[in-house]
Amino acid sequence: MLNKIYSSPAEAVADIFDGATILISGFGEAGSPIELIHALIDHGAKNLTIVSNNTGSGHVGLAALIENKQVKKVICSFPKTANSVVFPELYKKGEIELELVPQGTLAERIRCGGAGIPAFYTPTAVGTVLEEGKEKRIFNGKEYLLEHAIKGDFALVKCLKADRYGNLVYNKTARNFGPIMCMAAKTTIVQAKQVVQLGEIDPEIVVTPGIFVQRVVEVPNPMEESILVAENRRYPWN
Amino acid sequence: MELKVKGWDINFVAKKIADDIPDGSYVNLGIGIPELVANHIPEGKEIIFHTENGLLGMGPSPEPSKADPELINAGKKCVTAIPGACYFHHADSFAMIRGGHIDYCVLGAFQVSQEGDLANWSTGEPNAIPAVGGAMDLVAGVKNIFVITQHVTKTGEPKIVKKCTYPLTGKNVVNKIYTNFAVMEVFDKKIFVKELAPDVTPEFLQSVTDAELHF
Repeated sequence: MLNKIYSSPAEAVADIFDGATILISGFGEAGSPIELIHALIDHGAKNLTIVSNNTGSGHVGLAALIENKQVKKVICSFPKTANSVVFPELYKKGEIELELVPQGTLAERIRCGGAGIPAFYTPTAVGTVLEEGKEKRIFNGKEYLLEHAIKGDFALVKCLKADRYGNLVYNKTARNFGPIMCMAAKTTIVQAKQVVQLGEIDPEIVVTPGIFVQRVVEVPNPMEESILVAENRRYPWN
Repeated sequence: MELKVKGWDINFVAKKIADDIPDGSYVNLGIGIPELVANHIPEGKEIIFHTENGLLGMGPSPEPSKADPELINAGKKCVTAIPGACYFHHADSFAMIRGGHIDYCVLGAFQVSQEGDLANWSTGEPNAIPAVGGAMDLVAGVKNIFVITQHVTKTGEPKIVKKCTYPLTGKNVVNKIYTNFAVMEVFDKKIFVKELAPDVTPEFLQSVTDAELHF
């Protein structure tokens, strides 16, 4: 029987190892798998490379993972948001590495990682400081940069509904990086607001086909990062 | 330096852009001043707004009681979805941008050069946290790049320059510049002034512009 359902976030992240590369979904708080991230903080794996669009807000979720000194490097497009305090401080002290990637290049590198394409050419960032060190090639008279695919050892992704095969649907703009991150990781771990029976998700509207997902945990009432930040909460809980 | 000449109000500049974008266009607005353009779309004109975090058919801000933290724009503010809207993932969203499917993008600027280079993502200060977001993808892929900006900085320095001193977002990418003083087109690596605000003369405009202007 094919059953990808795990009983808890802790069980689902138990084998994440030191030095792993982890893709974490979300655009700001929308789509950020906060319960899975907190389970990873409890678990304690270190020297992680995190691929995510931002670096979290306040002292919960992704920001708390970074604050807990579990992250050696982030690969991201926009490492600051209105309430990000943790990453900027560590970065200024030289205690965390940053690979800054234009957002579309980040998305395409992840997509290619999932699609078996090792690298691709793009005009994004030609003529800017972000072209440094990259191979350049001219197609039809126009310059392009070579960009390499990103693959994860794990992906942590949030969705709305999942079934035990791992078929997923998302909620509005919380979809963002989820579908491509599911494709690009060896082990994709998903927190779903609701786990439903097989067949309850219309095959016509499945967004992530189950083959890209290895583990599903039901988290019926996920916390909202902005509320936790407004209440000045910290993880581990203060 | 406080300038006596004020030119147009920035909302009026945003309205000019809204008037210039054709009916039926797909448009991406940058964060901040460019968002004003959405407030001025003329009655009867249908513009579909794209936000790069995965929504085509973005509508205005919701009433606070209806705000959904999972329905946001690229500035991470709560928005709405119009009837006919659709959601998609990030690779599809940037395929729309990089694949040349979005018709217009309106962006702010620190500097624009006379060759159409744009600097709008970093002041290059050594202590700043570098953050690029989707700006480089937008200028590389969208068919028409419009810039909306005050003509000079708060301290009176020209923003329309011969050569950008801030780190570039893209080279030779800007098509049109809308400021409080003038509307300008970039063509063949030259800036052509198309319209002046009522209290602006060509001599005054050139005096607050580092780039060479063609009238």
